[in-house]
Amino acid sequence: MSIETKQQEIVEEYSVFDDWMDKYAYLIEQGKELSGLDEANRTENNIINGCQSKVWLHADYKDGKIYFTADSDAILTKGLVAMVIRVYSNETPDDIINAEPWFIKEIGLEENLSPTRSNGLTSMLKQIKFYALAFKAKYGNA
Amino acid sequence: MSFDIAKVRKAFPILHEQVYNKQLVYLDNAATTQKPQSVIDVLSEYYQKYNSNIHRGVHFLSSHCTEATETARKKVQLFLRAAHAREIIFTRGTTEAINLVAQTFSQDHLKKGDEVVITRMEHHSNIVPWQMACERYGAKLKVVDIHKNGSLDLESYENALTDKVKIVAFAHVSNTLGTINPVKEMIEVAHSKNIPVLVDGAQSVQHTPVNVQDLDADFYVFSGHKIYAPTGIGVLYGKEEWLEKLPPWQGGGEMIESVTFEKTTYNELPFKFEAGTPDYIGAIALGAAIDFVEKIGIEQISSYEDMLLRYATDKIKTIEGIEIIGNANRKSGVLSFVVDGVHPYDIGVLLDKTGIAVRTGNHCTQPLHDWYGIPGTVRASFAMYNTKEEIDYLMEKLEQVLSMLR
Repeated sequence: MSIETKQQEIVEEYSVFDDWMDKYAYLIEQGKELSGLDEANRTENNIINGCQSKVWLHADYKDGKIYFTADSDAILTKGLVAMVIRVYSNETPDDIINAEPWFIKEIGLEENLSPTRSNGLTSMLKQIKFYALAFKAKYGNA
Repeated sequence: MSFDIAKVRKAFPILHEQVYNKQLVYLDNAATTQKPQSVIDVLSEYYQKYNSNIHRGVHFLSSHCTEATETARKKVQLFLRAAHAREIIFTRGTTEAINLVAQTFSQDHLKKGDEVVITRMEHHSNIVPWQMACERYGAKLKVVDIHKNGSLDLESYENALTDKVKIVAFAHVSNTLGTINPVKEMIEVAHSKNIPVLVDGAQSVQHTPVNVQDLDADFYVFSGHKIYAPTGIGVLYGKEEWLEKLPPWQGGGEMIESVTFEKTTYNELPFKFEAGTPDYIGAIALGAAIDFVEKIGIEQISSYEDMLLRYATDKIKTIEGIEIIGNANRKSGVLSFVVDGVHPYDIGVLLDKTGIAVRTGNHCTQPLHDWYGIPGTVRASFAMYNTKEEIDYLMEKLEQVLSMLR
């Protein structure tokens, strides 16, 4: 499934909610469902520090595609992280570099991208692109 | 005169605003307070009718603004019960006031091997300026311990005051724990060893009467914006003998008596420490904020806010899994808490959706949070315009939010 399709899928899932509580309850559910990181990958190196909540992000490269795993200590951030991973994981470096996460704004959670939210999400998105660039430089685009 | 909460609330236009189509419940007063109409009016009136740079101007507007600024200084003097208006220096805020003292004091009074004493509950703004001064002069920063309940360890304090200590700096009220420190006793102990004291009053002047002469504080600092005045104006009170002794800080206009390229002589107090054009309209508005507070009465405000804090404390204790951070016997203004298994950030974001403004995170007291071993707290902080109904609403929404998160 392409990054575009995955984003559309998420937007559809959120389209059924018309009040904030239902929307955030679903976000929390997604956070709870994210299996997180293997203990071995829960390292200082993989931490992206927000001012308030932390995000751990780990990337593996296999057969031309990048696989992300991630976690957060705050459940709302974890819910957002889960969606970002769902969108960007299992994709080629080029596809990742070229895709913008427009779904976040579309589902009305763009305030979470504001740097003042200090949740580490903006830095995580940067780090995902950075991984894609690094793997591309190392292995080319398979 | 009894405390008329309806009248008080009416004076603050922002309290009648909505966020996300919900009535705003503003409980982030330790970060900054809202402004009464009288303060807002002073700002617009002065920019509309009187604005003109103060001091040395011979024309009408300049004289008017100069007089108003010096009247505001007098109001601050009387509010703090200081001996002289010249002991009141206008700064940008608490942070600038502490930096002013840390930098000028250390220049002549701090050398290699000396020590500066602060406490574990200090705000970053009462840590970093001293740390910088210590690094510069090779002195050591010593930290006084606290008890788990958030009160200061007075034995640790006394022991810290060796003959190497040149100055002590601590908060009157902790911005995170709400602890009211026994300032008068602490100053007495320091003075018995000839050590001067700076008191950070950022969280106290708006909640409790302060008498700097009775406390015998050498320096007492606060921010205007936390006592219903605009941002960008604050106060350094310093005993005249100390302010005379300290070298000037920033150089520029206003702080000089005469300037030649060879030698400059400095102006008298308080102008020696007010280089450049000060925020005089901010200072005048600070005067208006103090008028507002004094009209209601700081004692009245204090007892009303104490009632709110006790009410909120009793109520929150009934919610399962809540731990209050800061349980000192004497507290003021803030209620910080953590919830078992729930991140403070999540609570803050969801409460926001219900119209409630609280603060989450480490509240600029990172070393204190590290010591407690927590990533942050949720902090509800109160002002004279908060109500029991708002606290009821907070508790109702907190339970709702926690049921979503757990």
